[in-house]
Amino acid sequence: MKQPIRFSSVMFWFGMAFLYLPMLSLVIYSFNSSRLVTVWAGWSTKWYGELFRDEGLMAAVWRSLEVAFWSANTAVCLGVLASVALTRFGRFRGRSMLHSLVAAPLVMPDVIIGLSLLLMFVSMTDVLGWPQERGLFTIWIAHATFGTAYATVVISSRLKELDRSFVEAAMDLGAAPVKAFVQITLPIIMPALVSAWLLAFTLSLDDVVIASFVSGPGATTLPIEVFSSVRLGVSPKINALATLIILIVSLVTLVAWWLSRRKLKRDKLVRS
Amino acid sequence: MIEPSLSRDGVDGHFLQIRSIVKTYDDVVAVNDVSLDIAKGDIFALLGASGSGKSTLLRMLAGFETPNSGKIILDGEDIVSLAPYRRPINMMFQSYALFPHMTVEQNIAYGLKQDRMPKAMIADKVVQMLRLVHMEKYAKRKPEQLSGGQRQRVALARSLAKSPKLLLLDEPMGALDKKLRNRMQLEVVDIIESVGVTCVMVTHDQEEAMTMANRIAIMEEGSIVQSGTPRDIYEAPNSLQAAEFIGSMNLFRGAITVDAQDHAVIDSDEINNQLYVSYGVTTAIEDKHVVFAVRPEKTLISRDQPQGEYNWCRGVVHDIAYLGGHSVYHIRLNNGKILYSFMVNSDRFADQPTWEEQVYVYWSDDSGLVLRP
Ligand SMILES: Nc1ncnc2c1ncn2[C@@H]1O[C@H](COP(=O)(O)OP(=O)(O)OP(=O)(O)O)[C@@H](O)[C@H]1O
Ligand SMILES: [Mg+2]
Repeated sequence: MKQPIRFSSVMFWFGMAFLYLPMLSLVIYSFNSSRLVTVWAGWSTKWYGELFRDEGLMAAVWRSLEVAFWSANTAVCLGVLASVALTRFGRFRGRSMLHSLVAAPLVMPDVIIGLSLLLMFVSMTDVLGWPQERGLFTIWIAHATFGTAYATVVISSRLKELDRSFVEAAMDLGAAPVKAFVQITLPIIMPALVSAWLLAFTLSLDDVVIASFVSGPGATTLPIEVFSSVRLGVSPKINALATLIILIVSLVTLVAWWLSRRKLKRDKLVRS
Repeated sequence: MIEPSLSRDGVDGHFLQIRSIVKTYDDVVAVNDVSLDIAKGDIFALLGASGSGKSTLLRMLAGFETPNSGKIILDGEDIVSLAPYRRPINMMFQSYALFPHMTVEQNIAYGLKQDRMPKAMIADKVVQMLRLVHMEKYAKRKPEQLSGGQRQRVALARSLAKSPKLLLLDEPMGALDKKLRNRMQLEVVDIIESVGVTCVMVTHDQEEAMTMANRIAIMEEGSIVQSGTPRDIYEAPNSLQAAEFIGSMNLFRGAITVDAQDHAVIDSDEINNQLYVSYGVTTAIEDKHVVFAVRPEKTLISRDQPQGEYNWCRGVVHDIAYLGGHSVYHIRLNNGKILYSFMVNSDRFADQPTWEEQVYVYWSDDSGLVLRP
């Protein structure tokens, strides 16, 4: 017996195609042997070899990862502090101002953030003589700034819904407030910290606008590198690089899914 | 570690003394001039309706709130200015607040670790606590893998592990279903009594307070209405609020007409006959308006008219709630007022009054209470 084609399943496949067809074509074209991106000329893996031999591009990859790593760390640390101030200290003077200031970078166009940071760095160099030149350091500061905004949103929403009695129980059992925070609150909100970190990390990896404002000579991150090379004509190397990134992201997602499923299964097993 | 030291009983001999505690939030007076004395080894229940300030009082004992004024003296020491983590007091939270990222064992050990107790001693103590609450088999589990009753036992073990001078329970049965509640009430009391710790608990369930506690204080709008043993409060409530809060009552509003040394007579519009109590009511106040109260189980039902001219009335059976052990009769008087009366079902198929039958309700001279409205 034939099942009637249902509307919902049509929409599902349509949506999947919409999301993933572009990526699929990118993956396929990364194995194209032609120099021209849009012309198919048979299978080949030569662009992967080219990619690893392109030192400029590989250096940009590492630079980007490094900046993303450190700005994500900074963002999470500052995000935790801001969230604690916002959610735990009750009402204090300037609380609502802090709230909106922290959230401002979320709605501000990147161009404005980039430009204002650039102006700030330039005038700081004039007045303080520091930072001497723009580069990875200034990109790190810029990314940490807007990463903090996202991290604060994620972490403070988790902190807000966290039952106060966990911390109170810890204090009741003899832990001073800071100790209770480190031993009880932080582990409980760890999933939120991880997602905040990943968010800040990807946003940093992704950013081209702000980075181009505040970067200096010799500090091109991967998105800037890709963006400028694309303007000279897309090289199939970029396709290869993108394919690798997609592969890594899928692997990470798969592992995370597998781990959480295993945990779920184990919990069920113990409970029954 | 805090040893449960011998009580340095003061002049008035009370282990925990709460003196004129006041706590306000902005313009709300949550706790209004409360004073209580709690003896060593007592299980003391704070009973009150929602918003009466019970939790606020308990949280001040734990140190999470600071009173505006007043003293809390525990074992001879004023603890008001002590931070929660320095007080020899432990609390079992309503939600239990078991740390989700730690096993049962680690939860129980947490407080002991804060005291820098040697590892071997901690392990011994944890085993001892697990045995106390019958949870030895579950030591390695996470809280999410436990049932409600098991979580409660772990929470109790955790709050007893440091041998506190005072144990606080916030709505201890609040997170359990009805059936489990009855069982855990007795079990928790057994455990607390076997440890011998002084305990203050908060509840809005009068049955729970009467089952678990040996002393009860009724709170209303931040003040203590009455405190005493469950029996005192049930049999001799000192006010209308206390009477209405615990158990059910038949109430008649009226005025005292005869006020003698050894008896009093009350006239009420709500009943045909006069009401008589066989004790003096000492009305120093001019106001003669009182409320006469009699508990349903102290009234009797018969088909024949009772002797005498006091303390009975006629009505028809309006409704019968059969509860197994006893039945609750709802008797409707001529004026529409409903009286409640319990009838013990001692005979399996006794000939008891049924719906719409005319009956008489009566009670003895010493069953009624005279209260101020
Ligand atoms: N943090 C707070 N801020 C302002 N008002 C509060 C606060 N905590 C309690 N109150 C007020 O104090 C009063 C007493 O509250 P409390 O929580 O002690 O009541 P409760 O007797 O425990 O009631 P319940 O049985 O509902 O828990 C209430 O009117 C409440 O609104
Ligand atoms: Mg409460």
